[in-house]
Amino acid sequence: MTDVNMQDTTYEAGMGDYFALLKPRVMSLVVFTALVGLFVAPVPVHPFIAFVGILCVAVGAGASGALNMWWDADIDRIMRRTAKRPIPSGRVQPEEALAIGLALSGFSVVLLALATNFLAAFLLAFTIFFYAVVYSMWLKRSTPQNIVIGGLSGALPPMIGWAIATGSISVESVLMTALIFMWTPPHFWALAIFVKSDYGNAGVPMLTETHGRRVTRNHIMGYMVALVPVSLAIAFTSIGGPIYLAVALIWNAWFLSACYKVWRRDEETAEADGFAAERAAFKVSLAYLFLHFVALFAEAALAPLGFGGWSWL
Amino acid sequence: MALKVEHELHARRKNRNFGVLGLLIVFVAIVFGLTVVKVLQLGDAKKFERFDHVARPALAVGAQEGQSAEGASQ
Repeated sequence: MTDVNMQDTTYEAGMGDYFALLKPRVMSLVVFTALVGLFVAPVPVHPFIAFVGILCVAVGAGASGALNMWWDADIDRIMRRTAKRPIPSGRVQPEEALAIGLALSGFSVVLLALATNFLAAFLLAFTIFFYAVVYSMWLKRSTPQNIVIGGLSGALPPMIGWAIATGSISVESVLMTALIFMWTPPHFWALAIFVKSDYGNAGVPMLTETHGRRVTRNHIMGYMVALVPVSLAIAFTSIGGPIYLAVALIWNAWFLSACYKVWRRDEETAEADGFAAERAAFKVSLAYLFLHFVALFAEAALAPLGFGGWSWL
Repeated sequence: MALKVEHELHARRKNRNFGVLGLLIVFVAIVFGLTVVKVLQLGDAKKFERFDHVARPALAVGAQEGQSAEGASQ
């Protein structure tokens, strides 16, 4: 009788490997901001339609993550942070990632169009296209402003959530998107200063490596100053109110002060204390965005009790 | 020598097959749920019932009334 030797069989991916292609951590931020965008919209949505809409946004975000991993497999192999991803580690074949990315993109956009409306589906398709093609294939390897412009794809989910409910774009959804868009540069570059990356080895032009940390500190301060009016403007729209304004004032002052400290420092001081100010600014940035959206959520949740917006004052 | 059929590969494939099964069940549940919600949101059944092939007593009564009205006028 013949022995069956399966030791030479190539690795076959499990469900967990495919799930890792979808970048679950990025997906969680996308789901949270899209959910707030949907919840604060003035048009009520059936809970099941809302669930399917948010699921489509999550799947679409995952699909763009899979397409990004397919395209960036060559540089992911080089960088320590990404070397353990499913494709560079050999657990998933590049062709599988491409197929999953394309299939889930089509599935999520079509289902969102059927479940909600064409505007929401178009915005999701645009988000996937922007992340996979404009950011991953074009900007990432060609300009140090890659994360600024590419950040638009991470900023659009609240606009999609709003569109799911209302079928339209309004000043509120534009401002929520602008908030994430303007927040991304100081958040990301604060991290880029204190994390030793090997983007240079992979040929990715990050601002810290092409222009140095001094210029990056200037950019952090510049984008932070531009972020403040966007954040405060939301307070005076239909989704804002005193709770949001209080949160925005406190956290803008805090984040501005953290970025100012980063801006004022030179490299010797920063290295002497292990980049303490940069680490602090990064942590503040995380809380800053999260609490802005929690405040918007609170304004909408308290409205039925008579405490939402400015009308109860 | 006996044929050894159990292998780590089989366990992984089993995991994947059950994963696909679960996704298919979720997909069916979503389509079913969406159908129920969308149909209920239509509200008045008379707005869409003429497009199906089910017997509709309400329509039949209406038709009879229409016929009797025509008979009376003659």
